[in-house]
Amino acid sequence: MSDVPIAPGLIEGTAAHPALQSRRLEWVTTVDHKRIGLMYLFATLIFFVVGGLEALLMRLQLAWPGNTFLSPDAYNQVFTMHGTTMIFLVVVPLLLGLANYFTPLMIGARDMALPRLNAFSFWVFVFGGILLYLSFLSGHAPDAGWFSYTPLSGKAFSTRSGVDYWALSLLGIGAGTIATAINLIVTIVNLRTNGMTFRRLPLFVWMVFVNSFLIIAALPALNASLAMLLIDRQLNAHFFNELGGGDPVLWQHYFWSFGHPEVYIMVLPAFGIISEVVPVFSRKPIFGYGFVAASTVAIALLSLGVWAHHMFVVGLGHPWDYTFGASSLLIAVPTGVKIFNWIATMWGGSIRLTTSMLFALAFLFSFTIGGLTGVTFAAFPLDWQTTDSYYVVAHMHYVLFGGTLFAVMAGIYYWFPKMSGRMLSESWGRLHFWLMFVGFHLTFFVQHILGLDGMPRRVYTYPDRPGWAVMNMISTIGAFVLGLSVVVLLANIAGSLRSGPIAGDNPWNAWTLEWATTSPPPEHNFDLVPPVRGRRPLWDLAHPERSQV
Amino acid sequence: MRRFDTAKLAVAVFIASEAVFFAFLIIAYIYYSGATVTGPNAANSLDPARTLVFTVCLLASSGTMWMAERRLASAQATAFRVWLGATILLGTAFMAGQALEYAGLISRTVVPERNLFAATFFTLTGFHGFHVVCGLVALIALFIMAFVRSFGRSEISGVAAISMYWHFVDAVWIFIFSLIYLTVWL
Repeated sequence: MSDVPIAPGLIEGTAAHPALQSRRLEWVTTVDHKRIGLMYLFATLIFFVVGGLEALLMRLQLAWPGNTFLSPDAYNQVFTMHGTTMIFLVVVPLLLGLANYFTPLMIGARDMALPRLNAFSFWVFVFGGILLYLSFLSGHAPDAGWFSYTPLSGKAFSTRSGVDYWALSLLGIGAGTIATAINLIVTIVNLRTNGMTFRRLPLFVWMVFVNSFLIIAALPALNASLAMLLIDRQLNAHFFNELGGGDPVLWQHYFWSFGHPEVYIMVLPAFGIISEVVPVFSRKPIFGYGFVAASTVAIALLSLGVWAHHMFVVGLGHPWDYTFGASSLLIAVPTGVKIFNWIATMWGGSIRLTTSMLFALAFLFSFTIGGLTGVTFAAFPLDWQTTDSYYVVAHMHYVLFGGTLFAVMAGIYYWFPKMSGRMLSESWGRLHFWLMFVGFHLTFFVQHILGLDGMPRRVYTYPDRPGWAVMNMISTIGAFVLGLSVVVLLANIAGSLRSGPIAGDNPWNAWTLEWATTSPPPEHNFDLVPPVRGRRPLWDLAHPERSQV
Repeated sequence: MRRFDTAKLAVAVFIASEAVFFAFLIIAYIYYSGATVTGPNAANSLDPARTLVFTVCLLASSGTMWMAERRLASAQATAFRVWLGATILLGTAFMAGQALEYAGLISRTVVPERNLFAATFFTLTGFHGFHVVCGLVALIALFIMAFVRSFGRSEISGVAAISMYWHFVDAVWIFIFSLIYLTVWL
């Protein structure tokens, strides 16, 4: 046997100093969930910077009334690309990346159940993103908005190929997202370590699990709609074309029966992050574990029945308006339950105000505002007044940025030591936090007022009405503060990767299984998975005499 | 703790997502079924009797697939290959029927741009046909594997997973056939 040559790297430990070339190839060919997770985070960071620059272009154009920095045509492309990028290339894959990295670790598994399918999902997402941006090379990016309403997105009104790029790229990304959801469900059902029952599952994993079912229920609706839109555009069919007997409102029904669950797909894993971070930095177990998990299931089910609240101005008729108004009001209940759970977790705890915890608190504050403005839309007479105004823009950014993105930041500061082996700088972290928190509220708070005063969204400029110039300038300044905060984050990551303090296995003294292995974990994750006898295995391990079992 | 077969569980979840996808295409067909006033429609363009023959082929292929699985379970390698080969032939016959039907329709310029019947018909049956082709590719891969290696545990669960998918594609066709063709005879 000894004279049989073995390729370096084939046997563990023999690839001590692989050439750079093969190390790059290793990343391309990897099926390791941690590497795929890191590549998700890296790719979404790039798309986040691109989408952020698009936002800054918009805010420059809107800085003062009558500005001519961007043409109307360019503005339409930029807001479409900003929305599509942030939703499909940043928020969803960012959460999937974190789920990819941490789900197997938190349940004590070696990898995802279907590692090659996992790599497929990631690369489909990357190439889908590239395909979307290739539209610029074709001369014209998509410009019909992130929900591409028909008939505007039909052949008659969008004559160039931007919408085709949009639909094809989302079709690919959608297939990849479904594959990841399948993978996560199978992983969580099949690969939990002994003792890790569903009643002991970390809440992040619970949310990822429920979220995956929501993806299975919602994403196919998008794929079916995109297929029909492409058939309209490429084969001249009339699904959504009124002149041929088609119905543009069907597009709205179909798109939003994906689009509203999508909102929760973008926020449930973020709830999961908060449910991990808040207890650890309050030094208390989560308050009402069962309620947090069960309310997630309630949100997921309700979210499938609220889509038409995006369509109150279509004129569906009062029975529809009342039904969807009521279901939308109802969904605020399980969401509110969670807010109380997190607050009660902090109550009486010895709170450690790390950067991660600061972001978790900022999440609670900002998401609650976004949630409350969301409730106002459920009252459809109010929706008739505020729809398509900056009030909507403010609302959704409070939910998606002040909600999901702040939670992701809490997660990044919490898990960066595990992923890299080094701590992020807390002083840079604080600078990043305050710039981002202040920048965010500067940018978006005034948009509530602008919207209530009637400023329409998706229009490249606005008249000089009393107060509008000042408020828009405040919003633009806030956007640049946000941009600066992202630079500080990037600097913090770059600096800490090189010279941050060594993290050790469990720098936060946390309780879930990912902290039981080295930072970063070895390729096989665990040498030995600790026994799981409760919801906080590492706490049980450290306090055998006070174990809650 | 109870564990499920990974391949079968994954395909079961995949089938759930596919069911949602087809549900949306079927709803679109129903939604627009009253909208077509002039031009081609199911009654004046389709031949339900002929399609029924090919439908029987597809349904029979579910039976042969079931037989193949049973033979595999009792380790009868040759019988497994025969039933698997029969499944592939029946599936191919169904696709040939669809190709024939499409060729006839297109030669009479019944194409998606004609009207909403044509658009919804081609979209629904086209996506179903695409799924049958995907299933055939998987079955042919299994068929080749059946000659080059012996089937162990992981192969057997792979066969079970592909079989689930194949039955699902058949079940979808029962819906589509009842909705589009049987209603012509009502």
